[in-house]
Amino acid sequence: MTKANLVIDTVLLAGKIMIENGADMARVDDTLNRIARNAGIQHPRIFETTTGLMMSIQGSDNAQVESIDKRRIDLERISRVNDASRAFQAKKITLEQMYEYLQELDRSTLDFGPLMKIISAALIGGTLEVVYGGLWSDMLPTMIISGIGFTSYYVLNRFFHTQFASEFVAAVVIGILGVLVTKLHLGTKMGMIITGGIMPLVPGVLLTNAVRDLLAGHILSGAARMIEGLITACALGMGIALVLRFS
Amino acid sequence: MNLLPFTPINLLINFAFSYLATMGFGFLINIPRNALLASGAVGSIGWMMYIVVYHAHLGTMLANLSGAMVVGLGAAIMARIKKMPMILFNVPGMVPLVPGSQSYKAIYNFAFGKNSIALHYLVQVAMIAGAIAMGFFLAEMLTRMFFRIKHQIENKRGRYDKTS
Repeated sequence: MTKANLVIDTVLLAGKIMIENGADMARVDDTLNRIARNAGIQHPRIFETTTGLMMSIQGSDNAQVESIDKRRIDLERISRVNDASRAFQAKKITLEQMYEYLQELDRSTLDFGPLMKIISAALIGGTLEVVYGGLWSDMLPTMIISGIGFTSYYVLNRFFHTQFASEFVAAVVIGILGVLVTKLHLGTKMGMIITGGIMPLVPGVLLTNAVRDLLAGHILSGAARMIEGLITACALGMGIALVLRFS
Repeated sequence: MNLLPFTPINLLINFAFSYLATMGFGFLINIPRNALLASGAVGSIGWMMYIVVYHAHLGTMLANLSGAMVVGLGAAIMARIKKMPMILFNVPGMVPLVPGSQSYKAIYNFAFGKNSIALHYLVQVAMIAGAIAMGFFLAEMLTRMFFRIKHQIENKRGRYDKTS
């Protein structure tokens, strides 16, 4: 592989990993340009959106495209690409080593286990229910409900890759459980319980990134993310509304 | 929204619980282990700002705006200290500020056909979201201004050192 090709491949792979896992565009732009500059390309031409990126080198006749068709949230990978870019800038690793590292990073599964995630989802639900002014006696039911709701979301998303539909189903599950708990007198304030239960599913990364992208001038990516976040929020709301109609 | 009354013990509970919630969200979006504690701190400081402004009766909008601004500034500072992307700190940090109960009320009223009340809450949700976004904008602007000014001062000092 020639040097220019390797640079393009490394940059595209780094960009793919970052965008796939939910980085904001200003950060992606900065990192990719930095990698290219440190590899000796003076004027890299990089264009990135949330659904794909392309790069060419001024004066050379090859350009390549990388499409991004799956999106998830995994900030650890973004942090590692960032670290690798810093190490490359400090000349601690070569371009070849960086490319290999990125390939390994793309394949690897570094994640907190599902159990850990479910426990933290339960923690978010219970604590926020109290913080938002709910009753202390409702804390335990909320924790259990948000745990179960997140589990259903996680399972659906993991095995069937159904974006939006998994949020909807999880919201329905949370709604049904919330109504049941209050009907059985295990909890008192249905509103607070459901609100707490839904909190782990809030599309925080999407909306925060949307705002940052819009501010940084990446209007296309910002708008795309804003729409994605709004549809997710709507799916959650529809799920709850569907259940409340029959409560 | 009716938050817990403004007493020292409740403040402590708010601090601890928003810390836990922020850290929990950090687990969900899989942030690196050595950034977890810092992101929790950013989130709880932002929430404390919200609580203080809210209890000073300055309105929900200002409370959300200042809370988001504190989160943004805290995230920028933490990102500088830990040399990690800022997104690791500001995404979990904004989770306590999400207008959960207003959205719930909007959905509740929509479900029972009380559209005008629902719209009232929906507008509130949109305004709170706008306030949070504005808070982030302001934080970003302030950090950029700070570094620009710092950079210029350093440059000037460097020039003087060379000439003298």
